[in-house]
Amino acid sequence: MSMAAEKNQLRDDVLNGFQLSQQLERIWRTPSGLPGALMSVDHKVVGRRYIVTAFVFLLLGGILAVLMRIQLAGPENTFLSADKYNQIFTMHGSTMMFLFAVPVMEAFAVYLVPLMVGTRNIAFPRLNAFSYWMFLFGGCFLWISFALNVGPDVGWFAYVPLSSLQYTPTKRPDVWAQMITFTEVAALAVAVEIIVTVFKQRAPGMTLDRIPLFVWAMLVTAFLVMFAMPSIMVASTSLILDRLVNTRFYDSSSGGHPLLWQHLFWFFGHPEVYIIFIPGTGMVSAILATFARRPVVGYPVVILSLIATGFLSFGLWVHHMFVTGLPQLGAGLFTASSMLIAVPSGLQIFCWLATLWDGRPVYRTPLLFVLGFIVIFVLGGLSGVMVASVPIDTQVHDTYFVVAHFHYVLIGGAVFPLIGAVYYWFPKITGRMLSERLGRWNFWLAFIGFNIAFFPMHILGLIGMPRRVYTYTADMDWAHLNLLSSGGALIFALSFALLLINVVYSARKGTLAGDNPWNASTLEWATASPPPPQNFDRIPVVKHRDPLWADGESLPVVAGLSAERREVLLTSLAEAEPQVREASPEPSIWPLLAAIATTIFFIGSIFTPWAVLWGTPPMAIALIGWFWPTGSKEDEA
Amino acid sequence: MPVWVRTVLILCTTWPLAACAGRQSALDPQGLQSDQVRSTLFIFLAVSAIVWIAVVLVLAVGMLRRKRATHTPLDLHEGFEQRAGRLVLGLGVATTVIVLGLSFVSYAGQRNVFAKDEHALTLKIIGHQWWWEVHYEADSPHQSFVTANEIRIPTGQPIKVELESADVIHSFWVPSLTGKMDLITGQKNELQFTAKNAGVYRGQCAEFCGLQHAHMAFDIIALPPDEFGRWRDHQNQSAQSPADQLGRQGEALFRARGCALCHNISGTLAGGQLGPDLTHVGSRTTIAAGTLPNNPATLGAWISDPQHIKPGNLMPKMPLQSNELIAILHYLEQLK
Repeated sequence: MSMAAEKNQLRDDVLNGFQLSQQLERIWRTPSGLPGALMSVDHKVVGRRYIVTAFVFLLLGGILAVLMRIQLAGPENTFLSADKYNQIFTMHGSTMMFLFAVPVMEAFAVYLVPLMVGTRNIAFPRLNAFSYWMFLFGGCFLWISFALNVGPDVGWFAYVPLSSLQYTPTKRPDVWAQMITFTEVAALAVAVEIIVTVFKQRAPGMTLDRIPLFVWAMLVTAFLVMFAMPSIMVASTSLILDRLVNTRFYDSSSGGHPLLWQHLFWFFGHPEVYIIFIPGTGMVSAILATFARRPVVGYPVVILSLIATGFLSFGLWVHHMFVTGLPQLGAGLFTASSMLIAVPSGLQIFCWLATLWDGRPVYRTPLLFVLGFIVIFVLGGLSGVMVASVPIDTQVHDTYFVVAHFHYVLIGGAVFPLIGAVYYWFPKITGRMLSERLGRWNFWLAFIGFNIAFFPMHILGLIGMPRRVYTYTADMDWAHLNLLSSGGALIFALSFALLLINVVYSARKGTLAGDNPWNASTLEWATASPPPPQNFDRIPVVKHRDPLWADGESLPVVAGLSAERREVLLTSLAEAEPQVREASPEPSIWPLLAAIATTIFFIGSIFTPWAVLWGTPPMAIALIGWFWPTGSKEDEA
Repeated sequence: MPVWVRTVLILCTTWPLAACAGRQSALDPQGLQSDQVRSTLFIFLAVSAIVWIAVVLVLAVGMLRRKRATHTPLDLHEGFEQRAGRLVLGLGVATTVIVLGLSFVSYAGQRNVFAKDEHALTLKIIGHQWWWEVHYEADSPHQSFVTANEIRIPTGQPIKVELESADVIHSFWVPSLTGKMDLITGQKNELQFTAKNAGVYRGQCAEFCGLQHAHMAFDIIALPPDEFGRWRDHQNQSAQSPADQLGRQGEALFRARGCALCHNISGTLAGGQLGPDLTHVGSRTTIAAGTLPNNPATLGAWISDPQHIKPGNLMPKMPLQSNELIAILHYLEQLK
């Protein structure tokens, strides 16, 4: 770019106030109408869609859970057939893990991280749009298959040889394995965006030790996704190859081995738990600081704990395989490594307790969910220490004790913080507050219902009830506790109905929120609710870990970004010193078209290997369209 | 005290304990190994309970205590921050010590549970969708026999089970006696346990193995050693020839109607290998892998329509006249 052009370009420092907002809004907004909606690359639009879609899958997965609880409420119940039950528990697990828990956490990151680090859009916005479409299509693919009675029925873990062609000669496991591929692509894309956004797009002055804890949590999560997902990708692709073109990765009669699948699956599957839990801890830290009215105690301890959890999570997958006949000493070592993860988790809990101890808590709904989280999650963590012990695990493995344990960890550790986060950030996303009254009902029903539903399962497991059984006989003494559990599940389900009502009602009629209704400290509260397309009129400068508490209403800002085209400010990795102005992509239809082409390729390839051949050209065309040089000002420079 | 209050009180106090006893409970151990696991479990349980109560107490006190009056969130008390930091790190060290201690407790328990005895009685168990094939092996072939879904063992003697699978992965689990071990395709696993007391202990497949995973149970019947010896000698014998006309008719029909293609009855021409061995089926206590008690009514219902009782199992429904069914039933009942 010549010096003359540089001078003539309209920068945001020559405009002010309303004029500047208008101008930035014009260049950053999503085009109107359906075509505009399909082309949007705004992280807030994509993030909102991601969140809503993930919650729809939560609703669907939750309905399946209620169906299972009805079936198990009494002995020898015939409400569901064995075939339906097996499909339903597989769909419940797969939906909750792949279509709800991981995506919803990434969705919150997509929406919040750019706002919290003070930039105008996420890194690689088109990839972000592509990621959403892949997630949506993969989820629909699974659920349409289920509706057509081709829903997977081999468990969310799809152990071979049960999932091999020989023992399940239907398309059901293929549907499962390919759904995994969709969600892998979507999750990896978001992970890359989050890492780059956090590393390169932070507001000037937001040094590594001023990054909000939620953003740190999402950064660690993104790295976990990057290292865990390839393992399941190898596993599920090998499974499809075994089924489709007769490779023998898992066939013990031809030199393969079924345990290879288990190692690959759990090398992904255990970090997966932390991919879900670590964002939950980030939400807890964010909510706790705001409602305890002070910063979280031990900021560096919390961050180091997050990172330690991330590393340790890759060293304990074998505790899912203690009863497969492993060498005893090796199994014993994995007991120790599994229990060690209690140390970083414990450190975080201690920091939060200290924060509450010193803080002046304001008991609004988000804080209630965080308190519920501590009570439930600590119990789940302790039962986790039990299942990490080899001798105890030989009794409780694959029983309802484990079902109780991981629901305490996942619902307690991730869903409670998540619902708290919905109450906390709903005003930012919609501009309106959720009803506090309904919120309290929501919390208490959830807390009581959850414990009634899941606590008895500990006992059921110890008195012999295995997992994944569609029925049991009356003489097993399991009927009372199962009935109790089913009753609790209904109460728990009711709490989600209340949440839905609250969201639908408050989105229209809720009290207007204003920019910072909770008087919180992080940057997302420094802009309007809902935020304008450009997020901030001027990029804030961060001088403190809690900028809005330190600087009040008058945040320092930098100016100089273009007011004629989309531009974001890139800063250095550690010190967040301004480096360059970088163009940010315009809306585009190509991510959607690329996702459609990829979907055709993926679904076609479970029916014929030739799909790999004829599926490639449409994808190539879509990618060429996507990356076609547009002659933007930056390219000319 | 009103009656209903008393009922509730009695239920609350006795029922949780009563629920722990049972034929399939890890809390009511009847074997050396399950005893060891329960001891380890109780140590963990005690530590966990203390930690959980401590956390909840600190949380409650932290919420209720009188707070320092400050105006802004960043008005922090330097002394508190330092003390809190030290306390958090101290608790971190304490957590590390606790989990390392528990790791050693766990490993000690593990060594006991998996201790091996050279002189154990060896059985081979092969998992099938959805039943258990049981081989009693001995040095001389005429002391070896095959049975299904019911395992009789002597009390007080270590038992070694060698575990294999004929199809998918299953898991052998008898909580009253010991923890579980998987039966993995293409791999041989083994497990040892000792029953302390005579009794009937139910086991069940614990690894999801397909459509009828829920109906893949078995019984372990622990007998005093001399009684076990008599049972074993009896099992070694071939099937008795039917004593009456109806029984002989049943034996012929067993072959003519295709039953013999899948089922073996030693000492007869029935030599099928796909389904459970029926040489002494009349002496077993359950049928269809622990699904139903074994009596003429249930066995008749099973033979006339196995798909109704256990949908998807591999035994087809055979078209039988009612008199044919009665004859076959009569024959099988005699196979004591």
